[in-house]
Amino acid sequence: MKPYTDKINNTSATFEMVPIRGGTFRMGSPDSEAKRKADEGPVHEVKISPFWMGKYEVTWDEYEIFMFQLDIHQRNIRQEDPSPLDKLADALVRPTKPYTDMTFGMGKERNPAISMTQHAAKKYCEWLSAKTGRYYRLPTEAEWEYACRAGTTTKYSFGDDESKLGDYAWYYENSEEKYQKVGQKKPNPWGLYDMHGNVCEWCADGYDANFYAQGAGKVETDPFDVPKVIEPCVVRGGSWDDDPEQLRSAARRGSHKDWKQQDPQIPQSVWYYTDAQFVGIRVVRPLQEPPADKKAQYGMDDKTRN
Amino acid sequence: MSKIWTPGAVPSRRDFLRTSSVAVAGATALGALSARAADEKPLPKPHVGGGDLIRIGLIGCGGRGTGAANQALQADPNVKLVAVGDAFQDRLDSALKSIEKLGASKVDVPQERRFVGFDAYKQVLTSGVDLVILATPPGFRPIHFSAAVAAGKHVFMEKPVAVDAPGVRMVIDSARQAKEKGLAVGVGLQRRHQLTYLETIKRIHDGAIGDVVSQRVYWNGAGVWVKKRADLVKAKPDLTEMEYQMRNWYYFNWLCGDHICEQHIHNLDVGCWVKNGWPIKAEGMGGRQVRTGEDYGEIYDHHAVEYEFEDGSRMFSYCRHIPKCWDSVTEHAQGTKGVADVSAASIKTGEDQWRYRGEKNNPYQTEHDDLIASIRSGAPINEGERGALSSMVAVLGRMCTYSGQMIKWEDALNSNISLAPSEYSWSAEPPKAAVAVPGVTQVLKA
Repeated sequence: MKPYTDKINNTSATFEMVPIRGGTFRMGSPDSEAKRKADEGPVHEVKISPFWMGKYEVTWDEYEIFMFQLDIHQRNIRQEDPSPLDKLADALVRPTKPYTDMTFGMGKERNPAISMTQHAAKKYCEWLSAKTGRYYRLPTEAEWEYACRAGTTTKYSFGDDESKLGDYAWYYENSEEKYQKVGQKKPNPWGLYDMHGNVCEWCADGYDANFYAQGAGKVETDPFDVPKVIEPCVVRGGSWDDDPEQLRSAARRGSHKDWKQQDPQIPQSVWYYTDAQFVGIRVVRPLQEPPADKKAQYGMDDKTRN
Repeated sequence: MSKIWTPGAVPSRRDFLRTSSVAVAGATALGALSARAADEKPLPKPHVGGGDLIRIGLIGCGGRGTGAANQALQADPNVKLVAVGDAFQDRLDSALKSIEKLGASKVDVPQERRFVGFDAYKQVLTSGVDLVILATPPGFRPIHFSAAVAAGKHVFMEKPVAVDAPGVRMVIDSARQAKEKGLAVGVGLQRRHQLTYLETIKRIHDGAIGDVVSQRVYWNGAGVWVKKRADLVKAKPDLTEMEYQMRNWYYFNWLCGDHICEQHIHNLDVGCWVKNGWPIKAEGMGGRQVRTGEDYGEIYDHHAVEYEFEDGSRMFSYCRHIPKCWDSVTEHAQGTKGVADVSAASIKTGEDQWRYRGEKNNPYQTEHDDLIASIRSGAPINEGERGALSSMVAVLGRMCTYSGQMIKWEDALNSNISLAPSEYSWSAEPPKAAVAVPGVTQVLKA
């Protein structure tokens, strides 16, 4: 496995992927970790299969192509014919137009895309897969924490010393109350940027505070809590809006319907969380492409839940 | 009280703020109730005593009407939705379904209180309601509002409240009548009920940035939905032109007023709030460059307007409906001593920076909490005239961009050009879509 750069056809957008070797790690945090929550335990052994992970959070440069069909518009302007992959991607559903500016004044270029529902994040992966011909999806919660820890067992991937957090992460104290362009802080030991902070990152899992208890005492391979409801589902890593403890490698958070509290329309949009300006995406690509039934589970969206 | 964050999950700082603001909103409503009980002054008409049931009628069952009805039902313990009306049966059905899903115990709308068609609003008004929510496309608002006031109903109406000057004048008249009758009138300019705006603008009014010499206000976004004629005809081959325009209402001025009225009014309203006044004149430019074609009716896809206030200060306004451009939905004020990002609730004066750190609220909810609390307390709020004048600011902007002329506020407000059709029926011919041509299009006198 090697790092590679993928590109989105018909546009100039590219994104970088970093190989994450398979292995075993201890998931969760011990009781002794300061400010940890009960849902982070018990610590349990987990085996993870190899995958690539986005070096950076997905930025508006990529996400807006999906959101506004810019690939199709660009193709029309350039008078290009759609490739077979473009045709597959064109047939997929895209978000409705947002009611307002979804950057909320925080900027676009190289800044992380935000405020999408898990449904939208999954549809983005589906579209990206069709467009590139390579299978992308959201990370499972276990994959996310494995990649975030990058072999460490400390609070953060750089150790336990909270005073160093500003070297690695954007969070409430240093973010000027907004997200920041990706990749400006130090990466983690496996070369991933902004795993702690900037924006929380969607996982494919549903959120269950007691999920780790099921894995205790055995070594599960690639655990995945298939979502059964629209909310709560898992986001990880903490954000520009959070305090240090929420950026810890083990910290978990579930989505909530109030994340679209200020969507003025009913029915509320299935695409946007107007009040989750701290939630974004990082994609993964498993080395072993899963069979269709497993893909369907990773892709579980609003229509198949509740 | 609803739990804001998931049990076991980590709440963010903002979540804490929001949780506590919900508590505050509830406390305000209760406070108003107990004040009422202690103070037995005669109540305004219609009679809605301290804890009496308030019966709500919904006129206009789109996404916003549905949202507004839901918020009104959450604003007070003893309210019920009892009647609904819409031009279209399918919109009425889906709205009612959504509202019932959110809280069936507060919905009591039997078949005989569901009304469809252009006259549905009259039937809702005679269904024994105390408060009506007016949320049809804005072109109907002046007619519906004046009928509601004539019928002695409290009103919540969405913005804008008119799309042309005759409509604005009609709403001003009705708002004055509402005041005489002791009726409450809320207007859906929710920033007026948002704690961040209230505190920031209070500081500006208290002189935090000195005299405000200029403002910048923006609604630059991607645009909104469209209902294509081909799709509508496929579903209904005998679609009339009136039904087509009503379904695709955003793109026709007699219904929508253009997006400068429909969306950008929020930011224009904030600018006027900051100035505590209305512009004396304006000039501007605009056009349609990207969003063209028959499906998009006659509205522009961008407007840029410079408004002038009595003290000579300017408000620069942009609104755009074109995807993947520089987007911003914000308001900013520059003063003699500092600058304010009003939308971000921050003020800079020299080296000092103030940022709002207080409670945050959901203003879409608070606007209904405040309205119903005011009815309960016997001191009904009336935002009708202010809402009408804010709508006029947007109409003035459109007059400028469509005509290419500098136009005085008084001339605009007195314009006799009505955009309304001569008849409201499915077979009637609505006004023909005609894209304005600056330098040619007349906007002041018919």
